[in-house]
Amino acid sequence: MTTDINLSRTGRNSLILLRLFIGWHFLYEGVLKLYNPAWTSKAYLSSAELLSPFFQWLASDGMIHLVDNLNIFGLMVVGLSLLLGYFERVGSIFGICLLLMYYLAHPALPGASQAGTEGSYWIINKNLIEAAALYVLYQLPTGAYFGLHSLKKNLLTPQTK
Amino acid sequence: MSEDKKSRWSRRDLLKGIASVPIVGSVWWAGASKGVNNTQARDSILKTLNINASPPPPSGPMVGDPIRIGIIGFGIRGPQLCRALGFGQKSWLESMAEAAKKNPKDTRLSSFLAQEHLNIHITAVCDLFDVRAQDAIDSFSTDDVKVQRFRTHQELVESNVVDAVVIATPDHWHAPIAIAALQAGKHVYVEKPMTHNIKETYALKDAVEASNVVFQVGHQHRQTQSFLTAQDVVKKNILGHVSLIQANTNRNDDNGAWQYPIHEKANPNTIDWKQFIGNAPMVPFNSEHFFRWRKWWAYGSGLSGDLMSHDYDRVNCILKMGIPNSVVASGGIYTHKDGRNVPDVMQVNMEFPDFSTGSSQLEGKEKGMTMVYSATLGNQYGRTTAFMGHDATMEVGNSLTIYADGNSTKFKEKLVSEEMDPNVPIYQYDPASGSVDGVTSATAKYFADKGLLWTYRDGKRVDSTHLHVREWLSCIRNGGTPSCNIKEGFEEAMTSHMGGLSYKLGRRIDWDQAKQEIVPVKGYDLDEALLEDKEKIV
Repeated sequence: MTTDINLSRTGRNSLILLRLFIGWHFLYEGVLKLYNPAWTSKAYLSSAELLSPFFQWLASDGMIHLVDNLNIFGLMVVGLSLLLGYFERVGSIFGICLLLMYYLAHPALPGASQAGTEGSYWIINKNLIEAAALYVLYQLPTGAYFGLHSLKKNLLTPQTK
Repeated sequence: MSEDKKSRWSRRDLLKGIASVPIVGSVWWAGASKGVNNTQARDSILKTLNINASPPPPSGPMVGDPIRIGIIGFGIRGPQLCRALGFGQKSWLESMAEAAKKNPKDTRLSSFLAQEHLNIHITAVCDLFDVRAQDAIDSFSTDDVKVQRFRTHQELVESNVVDAVVIATPDHWHAPIAIAALQAGKHVYVEKPMTHNIKETYALKDAVEASNVVFQVGHQHRQTQSFLTAQDVVKKNILGHVSLIQANTNRNDDNGAWQYPIHEKANPNTIDWKQFIGNAPMVPFNSEHFFRWRKWWAYGSGLSGDLMSHDYDRVNCILKMGIPNSVVASGGIYTHKDGRNVPDVMQVNMEFPDFSTGSSQLEGKEKGMTMVYSATLGNQYGRTTAFMGHDATMEVGNSLTIYADGNSTKFKEKLVSEEMDPNVPIYQYDPASGSVDGVTSATAKYFADKGLLWTYRDGKRVDSTHLHVREWLSCIRNGGTPSCNIKEGFEEAMTSHMGGLSYKLGRRIDWDQAKQEIVPVKGYDLDEALLEDKEKIV
């Protein structure tokens, strides 16, 4: 897939770099959790202040196993799609959804506790910035230039000889 | 570029297509290695520590005829104990319903309603303030069971409408009422501190030993999962030789400084003043003394009896170290100069020179321990209860966290191999997650530290006081001895009295283990000194 916006080679390469970095981050988080069975998001979810009934439900004994597995699966799928440049737009949307969930559980709103975060934030935090960057990648996919998608493009191109 | 070249994969195309595959492999390898290492380190540490919570105090089924309970003292703690028994005041239920409506996260009402039914009836109340006694009658009477008011505790304990009594009066009434109840053959649950002076501590011990009823002192933390876990930590000598324990009180509000509200209907006609005074020196009617009795030695026990008794028993239920050989205390009234005569800042050093939790070093090298209780009612900075051993430090609250000591003998190898880091907990029990973790992050610690007042049984959050009264009721029904019986109560009361005496007399107070008595101090009647204003003791 290509974009209608004309990008210079430098601009395109910048987007590819951004895509690889975010994919790297997601995949590493997912794989680390996959190989660390003691990890759980229970404490993070159950301490949510905004929308706490929803997050408490996610953190409940009946749900937490499924939620943890979906989170790991989601992180890895997003990471793989961005790194490999394949279904990256779908990956970007999934990534945005995950990041918004993390944000809503512990938003950087005035008065809300900022447990376990480094740095200082007011409304905008790193989760939101990463989500915004994923939105850019959704709008400007680069898999056709660097990634598996470019092979698919060529495969589908009719052979002239 | 020809059409032919365009439609086929060039080497360059192929490279661009699969160039990120090695990145995927690298990231996967890095994440998997880190994850596996974390898991192995965690498993290795947990295997080394092998910590399992001690089983909770046995508590059998609540079957048979309902136990008939009389409430003596229905001020602040009385209604709380009634809730633990399953009976909420009407006003409390209404305010909790309102609070839950305003804030869905407020689960006080739903937790109360989910509490197990203990198969009891509240049949009698004795409170010296008419408004409170009527409140109990109005709140707890049912079509089948009418709550009967008794004007004196003597009439209540001797009546045939109660099998057991819950005593939540000012401290100076704890022992006289408990002794009367025991002598009348009624089971007793009494709030801490168990007694108000030395003489009655022996009298109550004799009364319990002469009776065949069930006696429990109100130290509910004995039911808390973190304390049960701490018992196993000490049993397995994970901490090594504990040389110092610090326990603290930090409160900085009116309620914490015992400045309770005075009821608008309080007057000599609605309060039985003479009976309130009891064995304390008679003074004219004073509603502040009645509602804020903790501020005076004549009725309360100061920081040493009121709050240190909790901290002492928290440690004693884990270590079972008994009464200290000596106690040195100091303090003063530095924040609340409002006419009170109990200190609002107090430090109590308790010495246990012959006690040891175990050792990982040369035999005979280590022995002896100090417990420091440090309290202020003018600051609420949260200081943890810490057991400081040669091999590890254990912080205990509603959560439990253990840090290896950087110079530990036992964990030397794991510290050298960096499997253990002195700055990262090697074990954590976190009631919020309901699980244990071998290597935790600073974030997890932050969350764990938030838990208060509650413990967990079978994955469900329960009020510790509910479990403590349930244990008492179970012993009444099914036999057995409660976890905070007369031995534990005797140790708590004597230690508290030693703290109070040391503060009053400005000198060290010793315990004679052989004679089981506080070593007399020449020139002083210790019981009189204990109840007297410090300034008036010559």
